[in-house]
Amino acid sequence: MTDVSLATETAKDEKARNQWWDVWDQFRSHKGAMAGLFFLTFITLFCTAGPLIWDVDPGKLDIRNKDVRPIYTAIWDGDAKVSWARPMGTDHLGRDIMANIMQGGRISLAVGWTAMILAVLIGTLVGVLAGYFRRLDWPLMRFTDLVLSLPLLPLLLVMMLLFRDPLRAAFGPENGIFLLIVIGIGITSWMQTARIVRGDVMALKEREFVLAARSIGTPPRRMITRHVLPNVLSPIMVSATLGLATAIITESALSFLGLGFPSDFPTWGKILFDSVDRMTAFPERVIWPGMAISLTVLAVNYIGDGLRDALDPRIRGL
Amino acid sequence: MFNYTIRRLVLSIPTLLFIALVIFLLLELAPGDPMGQMPLTIPDEVKQRMREALGLGEPWYTRFYLWLYQFFIVEPQYWIDGAFGTNFANGAQRIISFQSRSPVFDTIAERLPQTLWVVGMSYVVGVAIALPIGIISAYKQYSVFDQAGTFISMIGFSVPPFFSGVLVIVIFSVQLGWLPSIYDTTHQVVDWETFKFQMQQMIMPVMVLALQTTAQVSRYMRASMLDNLGQDYVRTARAKGLSESVVVMKHVLRNSMIPVITVIALGIPSIFGGAIITEQVFKVNGLGQLLIIALQGSDIPMVMTITFLLAVLIVLMNLIADILYGVLDPRIRYD
Repeated sequence: MTDVSLATETAKDEKARNQWWDVWDQFRSHKGAMAGLFFLTFITLFCTAGPLIWDVDPGKLDIRNKDVRPIYTAIWDGDAKVSWARPMGTDHLGRDIMANIMQGGRISLAVGWTAMILAVLIGTLVGVLAGYFRRLDWPLMRFTDLVLSLPLLPLLLVMMLLFRDPLRAAFGPENGIFLLIVIGIGITSWMQTARIVRGDVMALKEREFVLAARSIGTPPRRMITRHVLPNVLSPIMVSATLGLATAIITESALSFLGLGFPSDFPTWGKILFDSVDRMTAFPERVIWPGMAISLTVLAVNYIGDGLRDALDPRIRGL
Repeated sequence: MFNYTIRRLVLSIPTLLFIALVIFLLLELAPGDPMGQMPLTIPDEVKQRMREALGLGEPWYTRFYLWLYQFFIVEPQYWIDGAFGTNFANGAQRIISFQSRSPVFDTIAERLPQTLWVVGMSYVVGVAIALPIGIISAYKQYSVFDQAGTFISMIGFSVPPFFSGVLVIVIFSVQLGWLPSIYDTTHQVVDWETFKFQMQQMIMPVMVLALQTTAQVSRYMRASMLDNLGQDYVRTARAKGLSESVVVMKHVLRNSMIPVITVIALGIPSIFGGAIITEQVFKVNGLGQLLIIALQGSDIPMVMTITFLLAVLIVLMNLIADILYGVLDPRIRYD
């Protein structure tokens, strides 16, 4: 907000520009959002490309090197068991914590992204249908209200317990739970998107360009894809960032309650949950995954904040 | 207004029935067998009869109807009997937990005070912190205080309670040793010392839950104050020569509170949901922990009742929020 003048100057220099360049210029002036984007890129690279460099098997047991403290412990405690080969330390079975954080982050991020995409797809579909077709509006919105008044966290827990074994049998232990968590989070978090999209679509429908498009005989299907959807893209993108943040937190919460992935299958929430019993002696094991979750969600929230400012044409180019 | 309230109350009955049906059918699919904990030496036909004794032999619609009957007719009768010493219930069958074989509502009544203490206190504390933060942030927009408030509420949104809870345990219980990490629910407050202990053990769970509330409510308060500070009536009030404190604390604050109060009402159910995790972290044996234990033991009546009570709370708070909106803001008319 403080650097708006800078953004305007750069915008003046160039003539023909895509509107997304304007959005990017405005986004760049939001310091928190840039820091968030930087951190999200960093943590994504750390988790995806990290194992290529740090090629320690996260599940490998190494009992001789169990309970190694992180390397910085040596600064204040000369007798601590530290090793440069295990910079973040190892757990009670000698598994390398850094490799586990990488592996867990991959799953946590994958669950977050997929669940968010699913929720946004459902939300957009419901919202566009309800906003565009008057006949569908009442049933779809009553349905949304009903889902909103369900106690979602307990129901998610129930779903985890119910479908865990059948899905595990059908798709294997990893894919089954992954599917279950993604679908569970997806179908319990689309309602806000649907409401926002519906409101925007209803306002759009009254605009002249929609009338013009209809008067030349555009069928509803093309009307939605060509004229409505591109114009509601900004609220969808903002609610997508919020959805990503909630999905990551929900997955970790499920794992923390012991109802997420099985224990030989680390995610950030699961690592945190497993370390709580020993946090008196080894607080760092709780702090690493906790920091990873919190900072990632913080970064995503800041990106959402920046996107909201950047996509709002009333603020942009002030 | 009165008509609107009645209409909303009547409309909420089918909503609640539908929610009860959804929860019931979802639980109906549960593969978990309440007989799973029984010794393997029990013959199959005995197990079958035990299942029937639990009421599992009937078709689902009979059991659903029975549950509804017990929840809405029998249990209130027991409450009235307990309160006035009457005998309406006449020994009718109550909702019985599969695990403890005792009435579900007795267990809930045992667990409720702990949850209410922690959750209720955290909500009050959270709102009490959030309102001044929101007011000052809006009045001094873009000041250092505002930036700090924004940052703190961002942290409140981003740090999940199972991490902030664990973090404060590591800092205050493990490293500093000031506060107990486990909530002792058998603790009785009789004198100053025990009161001090109660405060010590409550402060961490309360603050962890309050952080979430503060983050949300202070954002709304700030946005609402900003909306109102730019209005014409504020300029008029200043032009009349009213002091700044009267303008802000009377004119602006009262108008800004309208949307915030509804947000506060709507947030109550979600704080109970958040308590499920916080109770797990601090080992408070409240409702959330009861729900988790019941889920793991496939104690269907218990899960069903607690989940449904949460749904009732959500529907009720939605209703209260809508009615409050109409009561507080005379511009809104529902007729």
